[in-house]
Amino acid sequence: MSEATLQTREAPFITRLFTFRETRAAMAWSIGLYALAAIASGLGAPLFVQAIACAALVFFALNALWSVRESSIAVIGLALVLFWVLLATAAPLLPLRDPTAVSPAFKGLSEVLQIKTLLTYAPDMKLTEAQSALLEKPTWFGYSYEGETYTLGIDHKGRDILSRLIWGAQRVLVWASLATATAYIVGMLFGVMAGYLGGWVDEVISFVANIMLSFPVMVLYIIIITQLGASGVNVIIAVTFASAPGIMRIVRGLVLDLKTRDYIAAAQTRGESAWYIMLFELLPNARGPLIVDACLRLGYTTIAIATLGFLGLGLPPPEPDWGSMLAEARAKGATFHHMIIIPAAALSSLILGFNLMADGLREISLRD
Amino acid sequence: MLVMIGRRLLSMVLIMLIISAVLFAIFETDKLNVAGKVLGPYSSQTQREIWLEKNGYNEPVVERYFAWLGVVPNFEGAYAGILQGDFGDSIEKKVPVSEYLWPRLANTGILAGLTFAFMIPIALFLGVIAGMREGSALDRGASIFSVLTTSVPEFAMATFLAVIFAYSPSPDAWYRLPSTSSFINGFAWNELILPVAVLVIYDMGYVARMTRASMAEVMQSNYIRTAILKGVPFRTVIWRHALRNALIAPFTVIVLQLNWLLSGVIVVEVFFEYKGFGKMLYDAAVFQDIYVIEACTLVAVAVAVLSQLISDIGYTYLNPRIRFT
Repeated sequence: MSEATLQTREAPFITRLFTFRETRAAMAWSIGLYALAAIASGLGAPLFVQAIACAALVFFALNALWSVRESSIAVIGLALVLFWVLLATAAPLLPLRDPTAVSPAFKGLSEVLQIKTLLTYAPDMKLTEAQSALLEKPTWFGYSYEGETYTLGIDHKGRDILSRLIWGAQRVLVWASLATATAYIVGMLFGVMAGYLGGWVDEVISFVANIMLSFPVMVLYIIIITQLGASGVNVIIAVTFASAPGIMRIVRGLVLDLKTRDYIAAAQTRGESAWYIMLFELLPNARGPLIVDACLRLGYTTIAIATLGFLGLGLPPPEPDWGSMLAEARAKGATFHHMIIIPAAALSSLILGFNLMADGLREISLRD
Repeated sequence: MLVMIGRRLLSMVLIMLIISAVLFAIFETDKLNVAGKVLGPYSSQTQREIWLEKNGYNEPVVERYFAWLGVVPNFEGAYAGILQGDFGDSIEKKVPVSEYLWPRLANTGILAGLTFAFMIPIALFLGVIAGMREGSALDRGASIFSVLTTSVPEFAMATFLAVIFAYSPSPDAWYRLPSTSSFINGFAWNELILPVAVLVIYDMGYVARMTRASMAEVMQSNYIRTAILKGVPFRTVIWRHALRNALIAPFTVIVLQLNWLLSGVIVVEVFFEYKGFGKMLYDAAVFQDIYVIEACTLVAVAVAVLSQLISDIGYTYLNPRIRFT
């Protein structure tokens, strides 16, 4: 290897400032920081706080990308996720239209629709000059109506899709990470209890988890949401019910393995309490496989939230989320495909990012 | 092995009992709520009370639960509960739930059967060729393909396919498919293509990955190395030695996939307006048709638990190493 290639592998100065010794730690930090930033902007923190969060995020994003450079899959995945995360966090700072503002811009599209319908019945119809000009105008990228240009077009109510997409990204990411975090806290708590305490505690927890796991996930979601009503908090509850048993099983397995290590015996001999051992000795040492699992689960939760939105059971309108954007525009989507393709593609790219990230991290941790 | 099956059956029955009790507790302990749901929001208090009295809702809850289950006679002295196949009447459709539950289940059965018929060969093929030579270009390609397909949720994939095959082609294009599958004009094969394709594409990736992992593990084992070193042709090594052992793990995954399929089926059926079990459950949940929700949930859980049992028994049967433990 020549000297030049060696030099390019050196981290940029700004990244070296904060380089972590461990890949997983860098990942955990950036995910955590992102969550804080996204939640802060979701909760309406002042603009300068959000700006600082964004700057910090870019910094950590570079750092995280650098730290997973050995796996190209992880880099692609992380880049996809970070793309959406940065857009979502920067949403309040970007010059976007109000995502919920209904505009008369759809009138232009319905004229196009009218001409198209006429054309399907009378294909030989003579078009006036104005009509053919209308047909040639873009209805998707760069659609314009009365002097206003919409970069990604508009939806069936004349709302700006670009703005809805970015604000929707924020909403999806915030609720997906909140829900996954809640499910993780519950699942880890029960898992570490079942694994470490054993005996009847283990029996009871495992049995309840078995019962919850025998529900098909979507059935569980539908029942919980229709009983409690569609709202963000209830989505979190539903996701927790559906994912916590699985997390609990993984943690329990890990703890059963870690329990026999010497440092646990040492802690027991020191006379530490069971809770101290569970929370400060066992859980931190089980984090490796859990971070990979968390990436996968973030993907699942994103799918779940979007699917619930599609079924009309997710986060309440009119604020956008990708699932409900698609569901609402479906009737018009048969003619104007961009209304349904854009949210579907955005969602797929984000989930692809999570899945590739999980794959890459697994690859890296297997190599270590 | 019989003891194992017996124990599993027992725990399955226990799980079903607990879930039925939970469902009953959620939906039917508040009897005034039930009357309100059945008679509609504009019924008066007295109407509701008369209805409750007439339908035996004033018995103690525990007694009502067992009558609903069908193990004790109900207030009319007849055994008419879930065990007898009587789920009550649908509030929305005013017909016995069982009357339209079974045809709907049969419809979903067609969907699931076709999905498995296409998904299993494709997934196994992908998994085996990927795991055969770990790290090869074929392996990478197959792995990336399976990550891609599992990353597109059912309703997004349904959107893409609907746009490509149903919305954008001109009306007389040969590859144009109907965008709904409600069989309005009687049964039609082409209406099944899109829903089955969506389910196959989504579920395929996971099974393929599991097959790949299992195949890769087998290919590294000593007996495969021995076979290759003693000069057995590669083809024979794969067919005779590797496949048999590599396909045990995917078997359980495929059976357990039924549980996932039930989730996916709901979304796909809602998207394509397919008159199946999933759409029935969704409609009932939105309408708050409690008897239908109870029936559908119990059936869904029964299918899921049964598939778990089958996969456990099958695994023990296929893998002699754990047969007597």
